[in-house]
Amino acid sequence: MNRLVGKSVPRLEDPALLVGKGRYVDDIHLSDMLHCTFVRSTMAHAAITGFDAEFARSMQGVHAVLTASDLAPMLMSKRMPLSAAPSKEENSSTPFVLQDREVSYVGEPVALVIADSRAEAEDAAAAVQVEYEPLPAVVDARKAYEPGAEVVRSELNSNLLNKLHVGYGEVDEAFAGAAHVFADDIWQHRGCGHSIETRGVVVESRFDGSELCIWSSTQMPHDLFYMLVAMLDMDENRLRVITPDVGGGFGPKYCIYPEEIAIPAAARLLNRNLKWIEDRREYFMSAVQERDQYWTLEIAVDADARILGLRGRLVHDQGAYAPKAVNLPYNSATAMTGPYIVPAYGMDVLIVHTNKVPVSSVRGAGYPQAAFAMERMMDLIAVRMDLDRAEVRRRNLIPPEKMPYVKQLKARSGAAMIYDSGDYIASQAETLAAAGWEDFPARQKAALAEGRYIGIGLANAVKGTGRGPFESGTVRVSQNGKVSVFTGATAMGQGLATALAQICAEELSVAAEDVTVIAGDTAVTPLGLGGFASRQLVTAGSSVHLAAKSVAAKAIKAASRLMEVDEDALKLEEGRVWIRDGNRSLGLGELAQVLRGAPGFAFPADLEPGLSTSIQWKTDALTYANACHIAEVEVDIDLGEVTVARYVAFHDSGRLINPMIVEGQVVGGIAHGIGNALFEFMGYDETAQPVTTTFQEYLLVTATELPNFETIYRETPSGLNPIGAKGIGEAGTIPAAAAVVSAVENALSPFRIRISQTPILPERLFNLIQAARATT
Amino acid sequence: MKPPPFEYFCPTALNEAVELLAAHENSKVLAGGQSLMAMLNLRYLFPDVLVDINRIDELAGIAVASGAARIGAMTRQRVIETNGEIARVAPIFREALKLVGHRQTRNRGTIGGSLCHLDPAAELATLALLHDAVVEIAGRDGTRRRLGIHDFIAGFMMPNIEAHEIVVAIEVPLWSAGHGYAFHEFARRHGDFAIASAACLLEKDGDGAISRLSIALGGIGSIPQRLPAAEEFLLGKRGEPGDLASALEFCAGLELIGDFHGSAEYRLSVVRSMLRKSLELALARAGRRDA
Amino acid sequence: MKIHQIEMEVNGRTRSGEAVARTTLADFLRHTLHLTGTHVGCEHGVCGACTVLVDGVSTRGCLMLAVQANGARVETVEGLASAEGVLHPLQQAFRDQHGLQCGFCTPGMLITLKELLAENPDPTEDEVRDAISGNICRCTGYQSIVAAALKAAKELRRSGSAP
Repeated sequence: MNRLVGKSVPRLEDPALLVGKGRYVDDIHLSDMLHCTFVRSTMAHAAITGFDAEFARSMQGVHAVLTASDLAPMLMSKRMPLSAAPSKEENSSTPFVLQDREVSYVGEPVALVIADSRAEAEDAAAAVQVEYEPLPAVVDARKAYEPGAEVVRSELNSNLLNKLHVGYGEVDEAFAGAAHVFADDIWQHRGCGHSIETRGVVVESRFDGSELCIWSSTQMPHDLFYMLVAMLDMDENRLRVITPDVGGGFGPKYCIYPEEIAIPAAARLLNRNLKWIEDRREYFMSAVQERDQYWTLEIAVDADARILGLRGRLVHDQGAYAPKAVNLPYNSATAMTGPYIVPAYGMDVLIVHTNKVPVSSVRGAGYPQAAFAMERMMDLIAVRMDLDRAEVRRRNLIPPEKMPYVKQLKARSGAAMIYDSGDYIASQAETLAAAGWEDFPARQKAALAEGRYIGIGLANAVKGTGRGPFESGTVRVSQNGKVSVFTGATAMGQGLATALAQICAEELSVAAEDVTVIAGDTAVTPLGLGGFASRQLVTAGSSVHLAAKSVAAKAIKAASRLMEVDEDALKLEEGRVWIRDGNRSLGLGELAQVLRGAPGFAFPADLEPGLSTSIQWKTDALTYANACHIAEVEVDIDLGEVTVARYVAFHDSGRLINPMIVEGQVVGGIAHGIGNALFEFMGYDETAQPVTTTFQEYLLVTATELPNFETIYRETPSGLNPIGAKGIGEAGTIPAAAAVVSAVENALSPFRIRISQTPILPERLFNLIQAARATT
Repeated sequence: MKPPPFEYFCPTALNEAVELLAAHENSKVLAGGQSLMAMLNLRYLFPDVLVDINRIDELAGIAVASGAARIGAMTRQRVIETNGEIARVAPIFREALKLVGHRQTRNRGTIGGSLCHLDPAAELATLALLHDAVVEIAGRDGTRRRLGIHDFIAGFMMPNIEAHEIVVAIEVPLWSAGHGYAFHEFARRHGDFAIASAACLLEKDGDGAISRLSIALGGIGSIPQRLPAAEEFLLGKRGEPGDLASALEFCAGLELIGDFHGSAEYRLSVVRSMLRKSLELALARAGRRDA
Repeated sequence: MKIHQIEMEVNGRTRSGEAVARTTLADFLRHTLHLTGTHVGCEHGVCGACTVLVDGVSTRGCLMLAVQANGARVETVEGLASAEGVLHPLQQAFRDQHGLQCGFCTPGMLITLKELLAENPDPTEDEVRDAISGNICRCTGYQSIVAAALKAAKELRRSGSAP
């Protein structure tokens, strides 16, 4: 049996990508293709009082300038449905396909321009005259839900989209009986996804627009498929959505956008092939972001720093619309207790609209904020009670003997949330040892004597992964003995194909290179749920594992009939079924040929045609991964500049299918989290105009801002799925900002500064230091 | 983000380029393109005509003679950075240029383009000011004029140059062999625009006292600035910590702007930090034969 | 608008096409010459995904006009592997070290590193990081790219080949 699972098999994706033969959406070239751009709102909130595209339509190369009313005949609704399921009721929080009445964020699409080239489309878009009558712009989520506040959209009575309470236990009692209560207000800002490839859509219109083939740089081809079926009222058999190579998703490509509906509708209307490739400025002003959360928190502890209760309020800036059922603040509120025992918990969550780009998942999807808030409070306890920060955590971490740990919080569905496996105390201990936590105080003192400010920080996290209900996996043997895997999971650079190929190849005893994985094509895989929330390895991996096992069993059964020996006498090795201790064998390809059937030839009686199996392994539980990160920083107090000097990251993500790929996910995830701690800020001014709209202003970390990362892995196999895996895609990001900010605060402990925000940019840090110095 | 439409000319002779600029009112010079092309792609600018001067050979080149380095306006930043003669006679250029953008932008970006764009944080403009450089400018009918850098820098992103004129070369007076030099800047990431930069050139006499000093600061105001008060103060002194600390106080007299990248107060702290580092390093290097 | 006739050498072969003046070199390579390996990520010269070699030096393809490259020698990612498909040591090292995930920044990274190794066959880790500081990757966190660069450098020194 060739063992591939657990090996760092070189990626199957790489050969094409390395020689420039990737096929991203902008690489797709169709005949007679026209190019699109959008006229987008330049105002954060305004009524559209005039629209004149006459001159624009007459410009060179321009084929059409389409508004909401032009597309209306093609669409079942003017506004996006909340999810892929068609919704009969108008939902008053989803975006419009094209806006023709009232714009509510800078960047909102107003019209679609179609021309021979993108440059000419942009010329025409600039010439479209839209008259705006300004309306009050809502900028601050904290003020936006106050009674009498101006509304973000006239159709709303209030900017408060939703208010909910998450909690359990006797919170008031816990606080009343506490030895200490510590309070803090924490501001968190996460910013944008900024995959290096922006969004894009290509539509092929066939047979007078009655059939459409759509390529979209998306994480959710099936969502897009079903939404288009509903919105365009199309026969499912006449529509196909294909995910090309995706140059990174990171969350923003998890939503379905107005552009992804408008372009196909226009293609159908005009019966033309269309291409829209988002440019970076469009990405800044219309791809979803995770922006601001304002947390007001109190934590109650006993005299030994054991948590008795935690309560507070979270105000979440949702932006102008809610394109998806709001998940982030709910994730943040329910994930906050993390790996700690919190006997009583109460969080009020207010989801508030503002006149800014709509908010939805960016890598971590609310979990980074939960970890940051919790870890800041743990540090607060330690600092105020003059205890070691690791010790405070150790006292409160869920101990191994309590696993599986049933959280007192229930999922939205009412199901229990259970941390299935993981040893959080041992994880932290191992990380502390690797990072030299005990030695640091002496090093810090020596550095201070030289006038240098160094600090160390710590953060823990858990992440529920492998979200169901399922992900499809089909394994099929080809006539030549090679194997195909079809899955509804979506690849966006995370090595999905390689991992699934390894899983499949191991069961079928073939080489991983002989497995082709086709992901994200709705014609090939009608059912699929897509890539988000660190779910696909667990769900698709399990389905593929079971499907491959089933195909192996079929092969053996078929071979036993054909070779007329018992199944026990057979083994599958190197792609062939062998008689044990003999030299007769049948290749998988030969078996596939037989099982293809031939007219006039008898088909073996108890065999089914075809050498393939489709499985949708189901789950309704999450399997929880855990992480512990330790960061070392140095702060230049004249500049407020933070340098990350060292970073140790521990992860337990169950069984590692491909350790090399896991390492890539972890390191990449941490880099994003460091960006969130020190660099990334999506700014808006007081009129809700975006002020960071290029990569000169919005700062992504480069190779010179990061250290080498030291990673530690523990594999506690998940007992909840056949492959023992847990997800890893977001776990690197989740504790990272918390660890870095913890370290920055520690570096500045001579100034007794409390840092209650992320990012902490140099000038802000400088101001905190100055203020502290002024009072000493 | 595609550029707006424009007509494109690519003359091979300097006077042809000047005439093209004179003939077309809304025309712009295309030099390295690292600033201009980005602005065109972002549609911040709408020139009707671009005059590409990349093929005018006489505009590029480095000649070191008689106490000055004459650097052609179209000399690529990367060429200046790696030029052995410049490294020998004006080593501050290499030190500063390593911090300018990234290798890809320095491969195309030019010294003339940087000076004509005059971003307040532009390292080359700061160095030109530091050296009291002279800018040679070509006008119509083969005319040339020379303009001291202090007069060339007219204001925020405003070089003192007519629309039809083209910068031909920058003449950099050289300091004596073994002079002290240092360039420090603080930027958010490697290669980003400096929030504040400090450039120093320094010579010592036989007794180790500062006999000559030039300080130029970039990124903090609308244009790069000299600091004559600190230069005068330190002349004749030895650069003891007390002297340096006093010299830093003069920074409060600088023009300090507050914007998205930093408030005036913050910039003051940053520029003081940069100047302190540059003065210390320039002092250490002055007089060393192998500096 | 005037149509310019443009001819350049791309990866050793003479290629020609037409473009209006405002067409960038990146777009010309991608859409006129159908060499889609060079990618466009930001169109304002920061991300580096469009990096190609022009007359031997790394250049942001989005900040250069196609007409400016008339008569130039251009090298793109498509020219790195041998004609028989043998990967360049940089490409092989990226594969070995997991130096790519989504692959979108990769062509720009490879081209930039090719230039670095041609100038500096034995770079330090800091020199590699400095060299790729103008290429943004959102996937890898750069560590595996640096490891790949150092591995490729070692292999090139060992084999004595030009990068």
